[in-house]
Amino acid sequence: MKATAADTAAQSAAKATAAAAEVPTHVPRDKRVRRLGRGDRLVVAGMVLVPTVLVLGLVWGPAVATVLLSFTNWDGIGGWSSIHFVGVKNYHDVITIYPPFKPAIEHNLLWLAFLFLLPTVFGIFLAVLLDKEVRGSRFYQTALYLPIVLSLALTGFIWQLIYSRDQGLLNAVLHTHVDWYGNPHVNIWAVLVAASWKHTGYIMLLYLAGLKSVDPSLREAAAVDGASEVRTFFGVIFPVMRPINVIVLVVTVIESLRAFDLVWVINNGTNGLELISTLVASNVIGEASRIGFGSALATLMLVVSTVSIGIYLPTLMREDKR
Amino acid sequence: MNTKPLTPQRILLQGFLITVALGWLFPIAWAVLNSFRDYQYTAQHGYVSFGGFTLHNYSQAWQRGDFGRHFLNSLIITVPAVLLTLFFASMIAFVLARFAFRLNLALLGVFIAANLLPQQALLIPLFRLYRAVPLPYWMSDSGMLLDSFWGLILINVAFQSGFCIFVLSNYMKALPHELYEAAQVDGASAWRQYWQITMPLCRPALAALATLEFTWIYNEFFWAVALMTTGEKFPVTSALSNLRGEFFTDNNLVSAGATIIALPTILIFFLLQRHFISGLTLGATKG
Repeated sequence: MKATAADTAAQSAAKATAAAAEVPTHVPRDKRVRRLGRGDRLVVAGMVLVPTVLVLGLVWGPAVATVLLSFTNWDGIGGWSSIHFVGVKNYHDVITIYPPFKPAIEHNLLWLAFLFLLPTVFGIFLAVLLDKEVRGSRFYQTALYLPIVLSLALTGFIWQLIYSRDQGLLNAVLHTHVDWYGNPHVNIWAVLVAASWKHTGYIMLLYLAGLKSVDPSLREAAAVDGASEVRTFFGVIFPVMRPINVIVLVVTVIESLRAFDLVWVINNGTNGLELISTLVASNVIGEASRIGFGSALATLMLVVSTVSIGIYLPTLMREDKR
Repeated sequence: MNTKPLTPQRILLQGFLITVALGWLFPIAWAVLNSFRDYQYTAQHGYVSFGGFTLHNYSQAWQRGDFGRHFLNSLIITVPAVLLTLFFASMIAFVLARFAFRLNLALLGVFIAANLLPQQALLIPLFRLYRAVPLPYWMSDSGMLLDSFWGLILINVAFQSGFCIFVLSNYMKALPHELYEAAQVDGASAWRQYWQITMPLCRPALAALATLEFTWIYNEFFWAVALMTTGEKFPVTSALSNLRGEFFTDNNLVSAGATIIALPTILIFFLLQRHFISGLTLGATKG
């Protein structure tokens, strides 16, 4: 989908320049590099190096350091000499003697399952409906996209008006007296509804763009065969949408793993809203005393994200070549 | 659009879509509505009532939240970060699209994957690094990268570049090769090929990305909370908590604050919706 969208945009750009494109000359790519002069080589090297150093230094360096630190007992106070290798002790401690760990893992998994089963599926469903040229389609799309432009922190505040115990709409309508954000038995569900509100539009946007690029003759052929709409979708459309399905899946996994802002603005991720990300932050923000321990938690996040990125990148780049 | 006949099925579909769309707009509408209502009035009559309209919450929120200062902070962080992201990303994308190195794919991967890593997992070493890097006092009154606008700008650039590189390199690969062949005959340097030939052609993609990146960096919450220690330097997205009292929260006041903060992104969305959506569909890597 991305490739096709980029292609059409680029085609119009190409048309605008009206560059004569009559002879498709294929110069072997590696030869073009050799043609560069000395000055050009320096310029190109600079163009690559400056951003690369930045991203290696601020993203990959810390990522590697996190993994290394997770095997040490550094308390963050002493110098390098006070860092000692302790093997997997931190991981052992995380699992055995850290009470918030279990709820945090459960909440992250619940977050993933919930996002996937409700807003992701619903977003896809809406995309399929809106793909049928309904009247007022632009209005529907705008309404569903609007939450995407709001930050998750803001989302937390906006929903407070609905969830508040004394002033919230939900209690007024249901005649209940529940503290939806504060009660540890219900607050994760309340937060998930707010998160889904934002996630649905995003998935719909991605999927709708994908559906638009599906070859219409596929649908016509299915109609000629007399297949029902449901069968057409699952038998014909869904399989050709495979790259977008992968993207939607991975986006959902990564969103669930990165979830942070929403619970942080509510109660810093405590009391029923523990997530791995908030546990990591709690170990650093404020008094930073358990570097090794926090790093072990962070490394677990890195492992999960690396696996999903590993699935994602090849799909993305294959799309890219098509 | 209006060619399809109105069958019962169509009516059902429309009814369903209208319900969903209104349901989706409701939380925003509810917040905006109550931001215009007096707290005393809603406390007395309940929220499911009508009346008590006032503009007072807005002036209160602006003052109590010190929004003038925090909006300025957001501007100081967001504008340079967006420009630098696009500048760096377009350079890498140009090299990736124009020249072939053995490490091309690896380079692209390094940037895209960086965009997808969970920020929280990098915080511990990054926090230490930022504390260890000194900055002269004219650049940052904290005397280090931690608690400085520079630090926030740099981390946002590092994180966001991957997405832009992916979109831009695709875009640039689709530009006709003949352009460059002509340029080379004229003896144009690599820099000129990048700055004077490629960049002007990428305007649509750059506009779409600028719209998206502005929204994302403006909305960014985590790095500001984690890497800024002085509350006064928080960008506006992270400053809304100022309106929340420790024991009591005036939700009408918070709604007014939320509406003020949401306004720039909502305006951008309505004015530049086309760019916004094309940007998102150009590359789906953004989490």
